[in-house]
Amino acid sequence: MPPPEVRRSIKRSAVSDQQRRRELALLRQTQQRSDSQNRARRLASSVFTLSSSSSSDLILPDKDILTRAADSEEHEAHLDESVAPARELNVVQASKLKGREARQWFARQLMLPEWMIDIPPKLDRDWYVFARPAGNRCFVVSSNGTTISRLRNGSVLHHFPSSLPNGSRTRDSSGPASSYCVLDCIFHEPDQTYYVIDMVCWRDYSLYDCTAEFRFFWLNSKLAESGACNSPSTYHRYRFSVVPIYDCNQAGLHAAYSTSMPYTKDGVLFFNKHAHYQTGNTPLALVWKDNYCSQYFLDTDSQGLVPTQQQVVLEMQEDGKLTTSDDPPVVFGSLEVDFIQKSEFRAGNLLRFAIKDESVRVVDGKLELGDLQFISKSNRARAFADSYSKVFFQYAARHSPLKIEDIAASILPNLPDDSPIVDVEMGS
Amino acid sequence: MAMEITQVLLAAQSADGQIRTVAEENLKQFQQQNPPLFIHSLSTELSNEQKPPESRRLAGIILKNSLDAKDAVCREELTQRWVSVDLSIKSQVKESLVQTLGSLVPEARHTSCQVIAKIASIEIPRREWQELIVKLLNNMTQPDSSAPLKQATLEALGYVCEEISPEDLEQEQVNAVLTAVVQGMNQIENNSEVRLAAVKALYNALDFAQANFENETERSFIMKVVCEIAMAKEPEIRQATLECLVSIASTYYGYLEPYMQTLFTLTANAVRGDEEPVALQAIEFWSSICDEEIHIQEESEQYDTGNSPHSNFINQALPMLVPLMLETLVKQEEDQDQEDGVWNLSMAGGTCLGLIARTVGDAIVPLVMPFVESNITKGDWRCREGATFAFGSILEGPSIEELAPLVHSGLEFLLNVMKDQNSHVKDTTAWTLGRIFEFLHSASSEYSVLTAATLPRVMSVLLESIRDVPNVAEKVCGALYFLVQGYESGDCSSSILTPYLGDIVTALLSTADRVDTSNPRLRSSAYETLNELVRCSNLRETSNMVMQLLMEIMNRLGKTLELWIVSSDDREKQSDLQALLCGVLQVIIQKLSNSDETSSIINQYADQMMVLFLQVFSCRSSTVHEEAMLAVGALAYATGPQFVKYIQEFYKYLEMGLQNFEEYQVCSISVGVVGDICRALDDKILPYCDGIMSQLLKNLSDPVLHRSVKPPIFSSFGDIALAIGEHFEKYIPYVIPMLQGAADHCSELSPNDDDMQEYGNQLRRGIFEAYSGILQGFKSSKAALMLPHANPLLKFIETVVSDKYRDEEVTKAAVAVLGDLADALGPNTKVLLKDHSFHVDLLGECIQSDNDQLKETAVWTQGMIHRVLVS
Repeated sequence: MPPPEVRRSIKRSAVSDQQRRRELALLRQTQQRSDSQNRARRLASSVFTLSSSSSSDLILPDKDILTRAADSEEHEAHLDESVAPARELNVVQASKLKGREARQWFARQLMLPEWMIDIPPKLDRDWYVFARPAGNRCFVVSSNGTTISRLRNGSVLHHFPSSLPNGSRTRDSSGPASSYCVLDCIFHEPDQTYYVIDMVCWRDYSLYDCTAEFRFFWLNSKLAESGACNSPSTYHRYRFSVVPIYDCNQAGLHAAYSTSMPYTKDGVLFFNKHAHYQTGNTPLALVWKDNYCSQYFLDTDSQGLVPTQQQVVLEMQEDGKLTTSDDPPVVFGSLEVDFIQKSEFRAGNLLRFAIKDESVRVVDGKLELGDLQFISKSNRARAFADSYSKVFFQYAARHSPLKIEDIAASILPNLPDDSPIVDVEMGS
Repeated sequence: MAMEITQVLLAAQSADGQIRTVAEENLKQFQQQNPPLFIHSLSTELSNEQKPPESRRLAGIILKNSLDAKDAVCREELTQRWVSVDLSIKSQVKESLVQTLGSLVPEARHTSCQVIAKIASIEIPRREWQELIVKLLNNMTQPDSSAPLKQATLEALGYVCEEISPEDLEQEQVNAVLTAVVQGMNQIENNSEVRLAAVKALYNALDFAQANFENETERSFIMKVVCEIAMAKEPEIRQATLECLVSIASTYYGYLEPYMQTLFTLTANAVRGDEEPVALQAIEFWSSICDEEIHIQEESEQYDTGNSPHSNFINQALPMLVPLMLETLVKQEEDQDQEDGVWNLSMAGGTCLGLIARTVGDAIVPLVMPFVESNITKGDWRCREGATFAFGSILEGPSIEELAPLVHSGLEFLLNVMKDQNSHVKDTTAWTLGRIFEFLHSASSEYSVLTAATLPRVMSVLLESIRDVPNVAEKVCGALYFLVQGYESGDCSSSILTPYLGDIVTALLSTADRVDTSNPRLRSSAYETLNELVRCSNLRETSNMVMQLLMEIMNRLGKTLELWIVSSDDREKQSDLQALLCGVLQVIIQKLSNSDETSSIINQYADQMMVLFLQVFSCRSSTVHEEAMLAVGALAYATGPQFVKYIQEFYKYLEMGLQNFEEYQVCSISVGVVGDICRALDDKILPYCDGIMSQLLKNLSDPVLHRSVKPPIFSSFGDIALAIGEHFEKYIPYVIPMLQGAADHCSELSPNDDDMQEYGNQLRRGIFEAYSGILQGFKSSKAALMLPHANPLLKFIETVVSDKYRDEEVTKAAVAVLGDLADALGPNTKVLLKDHSFHVDLLGECIQSDNDQLKETAVWTQGMIHRVLVS
């Protein structure tokens, strides 16, 4: 007697190997179809333009620029005063620029966190926190078989081979030769490591329009598999490393602030989870420090000493107004016309001033500097004036600093995820 | 006026072949010349009490066959033919059929029931012949109705219910039918034939009784009557009633609570004391309850609905149910292991025990282990086999923590039993070892029962027992299958199994060669285990061995070509053996092509393999060997552009495979191989594309094509377009309407049917993949050709995206094609994309997904759309 139609004897195996062979073949075909379609998508996809307001008519650097710029020394942090016309280039085109052109272009590509002068609401829900490694912020681009890191002012820090996609002249089996990637890093001198704090492009995928949440996810899943986190070797001169990123709850804040990291800390960075990568100053990324987590709590002067009076660097405008680097700029004062004529300053010059504590006022939460004492033209390596939030933070640091306890107090104690309290809109 | 056809019908059943042939020819001519008259004459013959039973019976059968056919297209044709028959003839035919239900001749009644049901299946869904139900019910309520009339009426009601679906009847009609059926089960009024017919009719009517089961009074009444008649003195009635209960268990599980106590007593008595067919149904009742509870548990795990809503009948009955099943295990038949698919008390009991274990998990273990321990050493082989069978049955379900200690302490015992003098015991023990390896052995698990310490002993026992009698050897192959599966390794870690692989391969190859059995299962088990071994082996350590195996299998495949073929039986045996060997080659090709170091081996032997595959194809004239086709697909992928040297020879078989849509598996696999070849050859496939494309388009237009082949055909359009790029232009006028038609068809599919839902998802994915391939293929030169189709495509994507039943693969394909559209057509899509802003939410959703591939695709698409929107 045979078993009923629906019943299979327990002694008979459920799936025939033939059926498995069919299914595995199907799986292989599906995978390969998807691979070859993806290949087609990447091969001819034009690279993305970098800035979010980019125009479609890309200006390619002409030969003149290349030859003219080729002989200027890469490492001299010289910035010409004349403002070059804004160039809308993509990163591949930009990486062909040399000298001044390149510096000007790259100086505008980093996302610059504001300084934390007050605590944003919903810190624990919407923000990440991590310890900022001490060192220079760099914009690292791998393309064309080489890797170049550039400092905040656009000047080249290192030119080196790396295991990043297309970052060295070895055969890179995992991507087409035109592939490139862009990372936002801090170069940490003591262990000669690039700590990656953000991923901007990876294997031609632009991550500009992605949330921080997604970029960090991508960073963590992609960086290691490229081999960039391996120890240095002939084709990989510097190690890359990710930094531990925490949800900004009590535990995360504590970990970022107090736990020892493999690197020297210089403050703490807060990133809004939903924010896209935005070039220039943004309030959706914040930096905060105190004496415990940073050796550079108060700004130092050119001798590395903390001056008795707070100093600021401001940009002189056409009409003599002294402004911050913000967009739109904040005006902190202005220079007399005859002073300008005497000194031969030109619009765009960055000037260093000391401020008198007693002349500073906070009106309606806004900082007003009052009396500015001119000290000197600023170091030529600087590309930008101070931002408003930096000036404010430095002022507060000298008088009533925002303490770690204040930040911790703004975070609710850890609650289970499904607790209804999380859904209550707090202070918005 | 009907024709007199009695003599022809009798002649058509003559013992004399010549007379028969002439008669059949006459009938066929008659049917072709005048179908309505033919039908009318047949029904007249069937209903005429003066005619011989033999001619009436045949008339009924021919009538039935002129209304229904297995093949869907044929059936539709016959339906149309019936519908077009003159109304007056149709009513005469139907009238005479209903009349025949009262015939004194059983064959005439029975055949008439079948014909009535076939006509009902055509007419009732069209809301015609509504009076049929009335007439049948009248037969049941008229006091002067004879018992044969009632019996036939109930039989007809049952068949009608079987043919139509619940939405075809009004609730009033259902109520009346159920009332009539339940009354027919009444013992006082009806004889046993009527009651048996009533129970069988109830079985078919159960699907219609949803509303009645929802009503407690009606439900309890039905259950009461069913439980009573389940104890009828006639075993056929008891068996049929239990079949009803099995169906009720799965259809109306949620309503059973109040009756479970009664049902347990009833089924337990049947299992313990009734005749085997009845007892088997009683066991099946519990297996069905398990199915339901397992299903509910899986659903609640899948959708995370928290505590499962089911009634836990199995858990409640456990202390009595498990002993009941254990009793059946010692009621084996002699020689049951020699027979495939044997089904008896012990098999059904063990199967049910396995389902109970999957339903309740750990709770079954303490109830079964005492039985195992007390029986496993007894002198009677039935006790030893039953004990082992019980143990093997409960290995899926309980936790590893619960089972591992038992298996650890019992393993050595089981290994020793492989020397038992009884082959049933050895058979079941080998099977149990296989179950242990299947569920409790994984190299990566801390609880694995196989360790470096136990492995040598296990291997020596298995390699010895594989030489035992064929049925034991087959179970040993099964055990080895799961043993090697548990050692499936990543690429780096060295496997402790590697040193044994050579011996296992040798043993499997000689097992495949055994001639001491006529049963082909041993050979296929041996080769299939070999496949699993190749799949799971660590290539770094075994590439040499796999290469030697490759040569050996090629050698064996070569020998099948020299077999002496006389009969069709020989042909079939040759073909089966070639299937197994091509299967092994396919697995080896796929394994070796996974790594750069070993893929050169394939190139080295590709010529030889391809020659063999072509020879295998040429062994048959009309059909294509499915396994050889799969192997060629794997080879095409592995060899890449080199495959171009084989394509000319291979093409005719590929075409043959594509034409073979009667065997839809073969057709489907051939379509898949088209994709493999496209990826291997790129534009070198061009000379063959006209042939392939016209065949694929022909297939799609054929109503006979099995629907499962359609999605792969659409995907293959994408493969071809991607391979040949701009040359795909000439197919666009044919392909696009097909894609749009299929897209429209998607929205017509019923969302309530799981199969249709899955099919709909496959179809959508196929359509998207086709568009993706075309768009990417045209990107550099012909993108403008797709401009007119952008809007319909976007609308289709939008429709699919709004469907809550879409699965993740469909979503990924939708997101990808969206990006392809933006990528290929660029700024031209700007306005369209602004008009169809659904992509914003869609991409937002996908970027939040846990599926990395989906995220990656969404990021790419986002970039493509962004580029268009800022342009």
